[in-house]
Amino acid sequence: METSIYSVIAFYLLAITIVGNAALVVFAKNIVHSVLFLAVTFISMAGLFLLLDADFIAAIQVLVYAGAVCIMVVFGIMLIQAPDMKGTNLFNTQLFAGGGVVALVFALCAILAGRTAWTDLLATQAVPENTIQVIGTLLMSKYVIPFEVVAILLLVALVGAIVIARDDAGTVAMDEGVKANAHD
Amino acid sequence: MLTISLTHYVILSALLFSIGLFGVITKRNAVAVLICIEIMLNAVNINLVAFSKYITPIDFTGQIFSLFVITVAAAEVGIGLAIIIAIYRNKLSVNLDDFDLLKW
Repeated sequence: METSIYSVIAFYLLAITIVGNAALVVFAKNIVHSVLFLAVTFISMAGLFLLLDADFIAAIQVLVYAGAVCIMVVFGIMLIQAPDMKGTNLFNTQLFAGGGVVALVFALCAILAGRTAWTDLLATQAVPENTIQVIGTLLMSKYVIPFEVVAILLLVALVGAIVIARDDAGTVAMDEGVKANAHD
Repeated sequence: MLTISLTHYVILSALLFSIGLFGVITKRNAVAVLICIEIMLNAVNINLVAFSKYITPIDFTGQIFSLFVITVAAAEVGIGLAIIIAIYRNKLSVNLDDFDLLKW
């Protein structure tokens, strides 16, 4: 239980920022604006992780999501969108049906979260001060197999992304251009 | 007395997950759908880290799991963007309603 008034205020501020910006991501009409709001969502989520005593996860969140993922998505958009970004992020025809389904999902989750007796499960200990040391030791001892599997997964994803996105025709054209330049 | 309990985090996470799901169902642009999937994965991370703090603070199960989720999500967004770029090259569109190659 968080009892300090500052952490309560921080939680509500961060929650409002996260939910508001996530809604802006969905409702923005320009996809570049969506990605900007997404970066704000991710950074405020890192603040929420700090509130939950997970400082290493917060640092990784800023590095990987706000740093890498958002920039990569912007690069992807610049590669595939027309120069005019107006109206690049519109809704399809399932707006009201989708809204109804999602409202049902949220109502179900909220009711179940409210009815569950969390107090029986709560631990009495606090999170250790140095989370990085504990996470490092765990990753190299108990979770070493998943850790290595994830390393291989990242390698496969890297090679796969290059192979899928490579434009073979374009590469040939570029080679010919280089040859033409060499003949001059 | 105002307190923040596990229920607050679970409901915040459910709300964020619903926003992401709404985007996935209703957006036309394939990149927007990819972004909304990232929002859903982040909602799950909030849940995992909150459970890690309140239920297993010594074992760090939730934090380790959310690290793996972050890694897989980064790999997923890379592959997803590569697939979208490859489809755009063939169909000159990122509108998901145009991607009906498998429909008959």
